[in-house]
Amino acid sequence: MGDVKLMKGNEALAEAAIRSGCDAYFGYPITPQSEVLEYLARELPNRKNAAMKILQAESEVAAINMIYGAAGAGKRAMTTSSSPGISLMQEGLSYIASAELPCLLANINRGGPGLGTIQPAQGDYFQSTKGGGHGDYHLIVLAPSSVQEMADHVRLGFDLADKYRNPVMILSDGAVGQMMEKVEFPEQITNLQVDKPWATVGKPKSRERNIITSLHIDPHEMEAINLRLQEKYKVLKKNEVRYQTFMTDDAEYLIVAYGLAARISQKVVELLREQNVKAGLIRPITLFPFPSEIIKQVGSRVKGILDVEMNAGQMIEDVRLSIEGKTRVEFYGRMGGVIPTPEEIFEHFEKIFLKGESK
Amino acid sequence: MTDKSDVLVGDQILISEDVCRIENLVYEKPETLTDTVMHYCPGCGHGVAHRIIMEVVDEMDLQEDTIGVAPVGCSVFAYHYMNIDMQEAAHGRATAVATGIKRVLPDKFVFTYQGDGDLAAIGTAETIHSINRGENILIVFINNAVYGMTSGQMAPTTLEGMTSTTSPYGRDIKTMGHPLKIADMISILPGAHYVTRQAVNTPANVRKAKKAIQKSFEYQKLGKGTCFVEIVSNCPSNWKSTPVESNKFVVEKLIPFYPLGDIKVPKE
Ligand SMILES: Cc1ncc(C[n+]2csc(CCOP(=O)(O)OP(=O)(O)O)c2C)c(N)n1
Ligand code: SF4
Repeated sequence: MGDVKLMKGNEALAEAAIRSGCDAYFGYPITPQSEVLEYLARELPNRKNAAMKILQAESEVAAINMIYGAAGAGKRAMTTSSSPGISLMQEGLSYIASAELPCLLANINRGGPGLGTIQPAQGDYFQSTKGGGHGDYHLIVLAPSSVQEMADHVRLGFDLADKYRNPVMILSDGAVGQMMEKVEFPEQITNLQVDKPWATVGKPKSRERNIITSLHIDPHEMEAINLRLQEKYKVLKKNEVRYQTFMTDDAEYLIVAYGLAARISQKVVELLREQNVKAGLIRPITLFPFPSEIIKQVGSRVKGILDVEMNAGQMIEDVRLSIEGKTRVEFYGRMGGVIPTPEEIFEHFEKIFLKGESK
Repeated sequence: MTDKSDVLVGDQILISEDVCRIENLVYEKPETLTDTVMHYCPGCGHGVAHRIIMEVVDEMDLQEDTIGVAPVGCSVFAYHYMNIDMQEAAHGRATAVATGIKRVLPDKFVFTYQGDGDLAAIGTAETIHSINRGENILIVFINNAVYGMTSGQMAPTTLEGMTSTTSPYGRDIKTMGHPLKIADMISILPGAHYVTRQAVNTPANVRKAKKAIQKSFEYQKLGKGTCFVEIVSNCPSNWKSTPVESNKFVVEKLIPFYPLGDIKVPKE
C-alpha cells in the first residue's frame, strides 16, 4: 500500500508530477487550476530528491514555449491551464506536435466561450481532440473523472508522451480539479524509460547535430511529416484506447459521457435500474484515441443512446460516427458552467426514450 | 610600396598568389559552421553575424555545450549553417524556448538569434520578461529595420520617414509610432548584465561585434544574467539597394539613430 491522502484534484495532479519525475513545470495562474503551481511552489523546497524546476511564466504563450524548449532538451516537462489559457497555448502545441516533442499539459476546463465563467464545463472537447491549433495533428487526450485519476493520468500521460513522442493533454474540468477525495500514490513509481537521442543537449563530436524544428519548406517533405504523424495516430487508435463500462452487459439503453458528466450519469443509470430500465454507461477515458469500437459494439444492440456532456454537444459527433447510424443517439447537456443533476438527466431520458415524446 | 594585388597581413606583405597557399592561410572556416551554402542575399549581414558567433563557439571550444535557438525571419534556417544542436522557435518565442532549455540544462550555453520583427514586435513580452528574470542566456539581436523574410514590411525599428512595403510614403510617427530602441529599453532591467550595440558593416566593426559575443559567453559561464548583443545590420534586397549602398545607409542613417557601443557594462 502506498501513501493515501485527502486532496484536491489539482493538488493530486501536482503531487503526481513530483512523483513521476517531472523535470520542469512552467505555468500561468488561471482559475480553476492555479493550485497546481501554488502546490509545487509550496512543496518542492521540502522535497530533497525532487529535481523539478518550476517557473511562473509571463503568459501561457511563454509557458508553452518554455515547455517546447525543455521537452526538446529531453526532459519531462509539464504545464497546466484552463480554457482561455489553453487557447493561448494552441500556437505552441501545434509546433510541439509537429516537432514531435513529448510533454504533458492539463486543461481544467471552465465555462466559455470568451472569458466565460470559472465554473466547470466541457466546452473544450473539440479544441482538445480535433487539433486546436493550425495544421493536421492530434494530442493524446485523457479524461479523468476522479481525484485518483487526476494523479494516475499524470504518470500515464508522461509515459504515453515519451512512448509516442506526442503531447498529451489531461482534459478535466473545474469540478474534478477542485473536489477533494481520497487518493492513493503508489509506493514505487516506475516510469517508462526511453532514450531520447534526438534531444538538443549539446552536440558531441561523435554525432551529427540535433535540430528540433517544425519547418519543412518543401511540400513533399512536409507531406512526409504529416503522413508519419497520421501513421502514429493510427497506432494510437489501435493500441491506446481506454474506457470504462458500467452495467453494459445486459443494457438496453446506453449513456455515453466522460469526466464529471460520466460520474453524474452513473447515478442516472442507477436511478434507471431502480425503475427496471436496463441502462448502462460507457465512459471514454481516452478522448483521443476515441473508444469507437466498444461504443459500436454495445451501442448497436441497444434501443437508444443518450450522450451527456457539459457543452452544446461535441463528443456526440464521435459517438454518432462510431455507431454508424445503427442506433438513435440523443443528447443532453448544460453549458456555461452549469452542472446537470442526475434527476434532470433522468427526466430527459424518460421523456425521449420511455414516454416517446419528441423533444 | 605595395602592389594593388598584394595583401597585407599584419605588417607582412603577401602577393596574392601566396594567399592561396595552405601555409599562408590566415583564416579557416570554423568546425562549428557547416558546408551548406547560405541562402542570404549578397551583402546581407546575417551571414557575417552567424560566422562570428560560430567562431567564438569554436575558439572557446563550446561546440559540445552550446544550444542555439533560431527565430522566424530570414535567419529561420540558422540551424542549417551552425554546426551545433539547435531548436527552431515560433515567431517571437525564442527567449521563452531558451528559458526552457537553460532551466533544465543550466550548465550549457544557450543563445537566441533574432530579428527585429521577431524580438521587438511579436516577441516583446517574451524578450522583456526573460531579460527581467535575468535568464543566463545570450540574445543576439539583428536590427535591419525591416521585416526581411516577408519582403520588406515595416518593423518596430524602421526609422521615421523610412519607406517599406507597409509604409510606402515613409514611416509616419503620428500613425505608426516611433522606432523602438529595444537595447536602451531593456538596459534598465536589473536582469540585463551586459547590453551592447554593434554592427558588421566594416571589418573593424565585425571584430568589435565578435568581441562582444565572446564577452557574453564568458559572462554566461559565470552565470551573470542576460547578455544582449544588438547588431545593426542591412537588408539590401528590401531596402532596394546594392550591398555597398546599403552599408552607406547603415552608416548615414541607422547608426546615427542606433549609436554603436556598450549601453550597459557590468560593474566589476
Ligand atoms: C505567428 C506568425 N506571424 C507572422 C509570421 C510571418 N513572418 C515571418 S518572418 C516575419 C518577419 C521577420 O522579420 P525580422 O524578425 O525583422 O527578421 P528578418 O527577416 O529581417 O531577418 C514575419 C512577420 C509568422 N511566421 N508567424
Ligand atoms: S531579405 Fe534582407 S535580411 Fe533577408 S537575407 Fe536578404 S538581405 Fe538579408
